[in-house]
Amino acid sequence: MTVSRRKFLKIVASSGGALVASGVPLAPQAQARVSTVLPPQATGLLYDATLCVGCKACMVNCKTQNSVPGGALYKSGWPMPPYENGDIKLNNGIWDAPRELSGKTLNIIKVYKNGSAEVKDRAINGYAFFKQQCLHCVSPACVSVCPAGAFRKDPVNGAVYYLADRCIGCRYCQLACPFGVPRYEWDSAWPEVRKCQLCRHRQAEGKIAACAEACPTGATIFGKVLDLREEAKRRQALRPGDEYPFPIQKVGARETTLRPIAHYTDGIYGLVEAGGTQNLMLSGVPFELLGFGRNIAKYDLPRLTWAYIAKIPWVFLGVFVGGTAIYKMTHRNDKEG
Amino acid sequence: MIDMTRFAGQKCGTLLNKLLDDSISEHLGIKLVTPLTVVLVFLLLLSVPVAGYRLLFGIGAASNLNDSWPWGLWIGFDVLGGVAMAAGAFMIAGAVYILNLKKYKCIARAAILNAFFGYLLAAISITLDVGRSFVIWHPLVMWQVNSVMFIVALHLVLYLSTLATESSPMVLEKIGWERGLNAVHRIMVGAVMFGVALSLLHQSSLGANYLIVPGKLSPLWYNKQLPYMFLVSALMMGFSMVSFETILTSKVFKHDVPHDVLVGLSKGILYTGTFYFFFKMYELLTGPGLALVFDDNLEGMMWLIEMAVGVVLPVFLLALPSVRRDKEKMFAADILVVFGVLFNRLNVSIFGVARYATRAGGDYFPSIMEFTLTIGMIAFAVLGFKLCAKYLPLFPDHQESAHPPGTASAAAPRAPE
Ligand code: SF4
Ligand code: SF4
Ligand code: SF4
Repeated sequence: MTVSRRKFLKIVASSGGALVASGVPLAPQAQARVSTVLPPQATGLLYDATLCVGCKACMVNCKTQNSVPGGALYKSGWPMPPYENGDIKLNNGIWDAPRELSGKTLNIIKVYKNGSAEVKDRAINGYAFFKQQCLHCVSPACVSVCPAGAFRKDPVNGAVYYLADRCIGCRYCQLACPFGVPRYEWDSAWPEVRKCQLCRHRQAEGKIAACAEACPTGATIFGKVLDLREEAKRRQALRPGDEYPFPIQKVGARETTLRPIAHYTDGIYGLVEAGGTQNLMLSGVPFELLGFGRNIAKYDLPRLTWAYIAKIPWVFLGVFVGGTAIYKMTHRNDKEG
Repeated sequence: MIDMTRFAGQKCGTLLNKLLDDSISEHLGIKLVTPLTVVLVFLLLLSVPVAGYRLLFGIGAASNLNDSWPWGLWIGFDVLGGVAMAAGAFMIAGAVYILNLKKYKCIARAAILNAFFGYLLAAISITLDVGRSFVIWHPLVMWQVNSVMFIVALHLVLYLSTLATESSPMVLEKIGWERGLNAVHRIMVGAVMFGVALSLLHQSSLGANYLIVPGKLSPLWYNKQLPYMFLVSALMMGFSMVSFETILTSKVFKHDVPHDVLVGLSKGILYTGTFYFFFKMYELLTGPGLALVFDDNLEGMMWLIEMAVGVVLPVFLLALPSVRRDKEKMFAADILVVFGVLFNRLNVSIFGVARYATRAGGDYFPSIMEFTLTIGMIAFAVLGFKLCAKYLPLFPDHQESAHPPGTASAAAPRAPE
């Protein structure tokens, strides 16, 4: 190197300054850190597996209602909702038989069976239905990991939604979601990520989620998250066998169905899982058996990566200050400059 | 040699002539058409239609990835592995330009060029891996600072440009553009520091990507120190790759490096490897415990192979002075380390999440096309390196020959805006 030391320091100082400056935008954006607080008007669903009869009306309505412009399954040019033939031989695509959540299915009802499967909502020799869909985390991992900001959380109702125009298709959201919810359109050359968006387009029109609207038993109800939590706790506090008027479609609805309280296990799913979710679940069978893993973190996941990211400006600063100091020391004996 | 002025006009032709003049590497005796090169070109050409097919018909058509396995071979090997393999550049550049360790200067250019191709490989692969390749630039304009992936994308682009800058003197010397050369030399140390910072960050960011999956990645690999483990193992990999490629080039090209350079690199592996071993053991013992390794499962086996073959054995070998005296034995140890770290990346990205993914109903084995592209990318990197060795002053006989003292300081420094 034949640059004089003074000049060299100037160059380092200016390039370093520019870099630190370029790191500075990180500081104000630090507030862009994913919030851990439930939005005040947050809405969600309460799914009570003990009420579900497995009719799948919610699946049908979910698919129909989301295949219209604005819906989470809509794609212009599709003549009808994206049905899946579920590998059934005679199904030529006119009825829908999804087996898993997929790029074409946002919501699915599955069955748990054990042994002779005699009694509903019992783990041994029993059976139960359960519903899989996005749980709308209070502090969503999918939102925090997306490099292009394609996943967003609505600041008012908290629905986690997706902007296909921004997505690059890295599928980090799929990896990051602790519940394995986001699905990819693997069969497309210009794919989108698909998941339940809490019927955000319907909420904008003042309607409730399509699955809750279609549910005949009140197993899926829509409402403000705070009300849903109250409702879930109320049900849990009652004794099994007590008669209870379960609201239909939405929490606090006038239309109810009078039924005995079942035996709930395992608490309310969604109060603490992944830092809390806006959708809640009650069940008579341990959630573990229904495919909701036990090892879901009980805190907000984005904090794990944020702890790392917050250090980045300091690394730049450290390398430039330390590097310059070392450079001066190690080049002390060189004759140049 | 063909005179390019006949085809490309006076100006371009002279430039091309200068670039294609291989007298510079005559002493290395590099032959372009060898059986190996032919095979490599063939493999590279094979991967071209695969890339085209992938772009036309989508990621689902070309790969075996699925909803339980969103990331596979391309991310695990090409990106995580390729970037780790390229760690040597910032270390050698830092050692030469900042720590002023002059003895490593003779390998600096090769290390940086090697890294350049490593990153190019990673960049091409990730471009083909994302489902919407044509908008892969989105993160650069749609900043989302919570995302480690955004950090990785930004750093990949910045660091590729930094490596290009650090490599540019070779081309500039070749075409004899003094002004450009001076400009690059002026910013060189700044560029090197920038490169060091970026490398420290994105080597660790690749591990940080996985911080958010405590429930999916096996505790054998998952812990809060994952970014730093990636960094330390990348350092270890960096030393070995540089040593590996130095010994390799000295074997195939007629070119020799002082033995103490190799010994220095080996000591580097020894120290980082020892640290890495204790780091891993500490995290294992304070985390899931030793029992998990011997639990008779796939993950445990993988962990054992990775640690025994890729860390313990080479560190043990390099601790022996007799090994450090022998180029061939050091070469073998280098290969073990490279294998071990690559294996670690595959463990984190594929085997470590297998249990979760399988429970979720997924199954994954890379498709023929995935393999073809990965192999093609490796062929591309080797070929690129070879071509550069032939046509560029990669191993300068005497340092800075094309750069007489005084010329750089004569140019006035530009005032910062
Ligand atoms: S459940 Fe998964 S997809 Fe839904 S908000 Fe949470 S992290 Fe995102
Ligand atoms: S696949 Fe799309 S939505 Fe998901 S993280 Fe990547 S860019 Fe974001
Ligand atoms: S909220 Fe809407 S999109 Fe989500 S599962 Fe229910 S119907 Fe489907």
